[in-house]
Amino acid sequence: MFDILLKQFVMAEQGLEKPVAKAAEKVAEVASLSEFSNLGYLVASVLFIMGIKGLTHPRTAVRGNLLGAAGMLIAVLVTLVGGQVSWPVAIAGIAVGTAAGTWFANTVQMTQMPQLVALFNGFGGIASVLVAGAEVLRSAPTSGNIAVAGLAAGLAGLIGSVTFTGSLVAAGKLQELSQFKKPFSLPGHQIINAVLIAVTLILCLNMMDGSAWEYFLLTTIALVLGVFLVTPIGGADMPVVIALLNSYSGLAASAAGFVINNNVLIVAGALVGASGIILTNIMCKAMNRSLLNVLFAKFEPSADGPSDDEVYAGKIKSTSPEEVAMLLDGVQRVVVVPGYGLAVAQAQHIVREMATLLESEGVTVEYAIHPVAGRMPGHMNVLLAEADVPYDQLKEMDEINPTFSQCDAAIVIGANDVVNPVANTDPSSPIAGMPILNVGDARTVIVVKRSLSPGFAGIPNPLFAADNCLMLFGDAKQVLMELVAALKDR
Amino acid sequence: MDIITGLTIFVLAVFVGVEVITKVPPTLHTPLMSGSNAISGITLVGALLAGEGFLGGMLGFLAIVFATTNVIGGFLVTHRMLAMFKKKK
Repeated sequence: MFDILLKQFVMAEQGLEKPVAKAAEKVAEVASLSEFSNLGYLVASVLFIMGIKGLTHPRTAVRGNLLGAAGMLIAVLVTLVGGQVSWPVAIAGIAVGTAAGTWFANTVQMTQMPQLVALFNGFGGIASVLVAGAEVLRSAPTSGNIAVAGLAAGLAGLIGSVTFTGSLVAAGKLQELSQFKKPFSLPGHQIINAVLIAVTLILCLNMMDGSAWEYFLLTTIALVLGVFLVTPIGGADMPVVIALLNSYSGLAASAAGFVINNNVLIVAGALVGASGIILTNIMCKAMNRSLLNVLFAKFEPSADGPSDDEVYAGKIKSTSPEEVAMLLDGVQRVVVVPGYGLAVAQAQHIVREMATLLESEGVTVEYAIHPVAGRMPGHMNVLLAEADVPYDQLKEMDEINPTFSQCDAAIVIGANDVVNPVANTDPSSPIAGMPILNVGDARTVIVVKRSLSPGFAGIPNPLFAADNCLMLFGDAKQVLMELVAALKDR
Repeated sequence: MDIITGLTIFVLAVFVGVEVITKVPPTLHTPLMSGSNAISGITLVGALLAGEGFLGGMLGFLAIVFATTNVIGGFLVTHRMLAMFKKKK
């Protein structure tokens, strides 16, 4: 009852001359429909939670994803039936979106997955911006509380816009488009960003009186802000950035839920917000850096510290595929350590072929996966799964590190910083404290690498000069093909 | 629904999310991201209800397109990835 009075009051205030009785009738009708809708939304929310729960094990994951999709279908159907939907617009929009989504999902290569997720994050963000925008333009707001709806619209506009342009820049960097390749920042960009954030927040608070022009000014500034925030961040930190933007896209959806008074948006948005934050945290820990450091500090390759010559001179032992094949004769346990270089060389399939050959001789083969081995959380696992590597052979860092001492040969392919022992031994190094894979504990380490050039951290790797380390120089795919041939000839 | 009810739902959902998601193994973190990403396309519900007048209708239409791309693409690509995860025979 109070609701109805409030709505009439709002309409009267805005000078709308709708017959009071008719408006009340409409509200009552909407109320009974919304009970039905809300029940459907509750079912959808439960399915989302059960869907994510399914992702806690590879065995149940496919079903989990389907549960999530079913939840989404129910939410959409309930809305189409119960809400006031313009059917031609809905059908046209869904048709275009379905075509685009299907195309993206079917054409993307697994190495491009980070870009795609970034792009989809951006789409989710801009959708929230548009929903809040359409709501702001409405003459009679859906939500009872104008101040809350206004503030939520402001937040949806701010977070969603930053997510949109930030994600586009991140996707461009991950795709290695030349325009985005170099971290770029205006002089004094920290101050500019701080001012822009302050202005958008003030506009957000101003939104509480519910005016539309502020919303569009706010989103315009926030779109620029998204670009400014992500351009200075280097390509190697993109895993953190997309995890964080993943979280933002959820928060924007939640905020949009407050704008239109919709529970399922609030719940689903909160779930995604939590997921993104957890993954962001995991990625930061794996690089031993704080989130603030990733977002606002430039990662400077250190100039001091030992030079390449001091570390490597006279200590590098180069080997050949044939020698490695002999060395692998009679071994019991081999651990493969893949880095992103392996994916760049498209060598996943040949690695699996090598592993199958060794396994046929009774060798145990496992894969040691560092959390930042790929370009996004869990990326390397997907790349190896694509090459038919069974998931129970993929071992996490904490699980496999204590077992390297019982390993006959560790084969490092296209990885560098994540196996650099300096992280444990030199507190002044730029990667000090970063958790690494202790491959040096293995009886023999074979490093497949193009050259001795440094990794992202820009420092030499004493592992390469260690007594038990052999360097197998060359393109990963080429070298491994020769190794597989040599193993077959043996 | 008042603001407190909304906030209650939000906060409880965050806690549920944290409890469930911390149990997802690193092997599945990429599908988790793309799958949760698809779930954040729930804005589609809001997009379907949005729009009044020409400008509002345009914004609503664009919102439906972006959100549907997000939802369909997200669930499909997650399915494609998960189908590749196999146990050792």
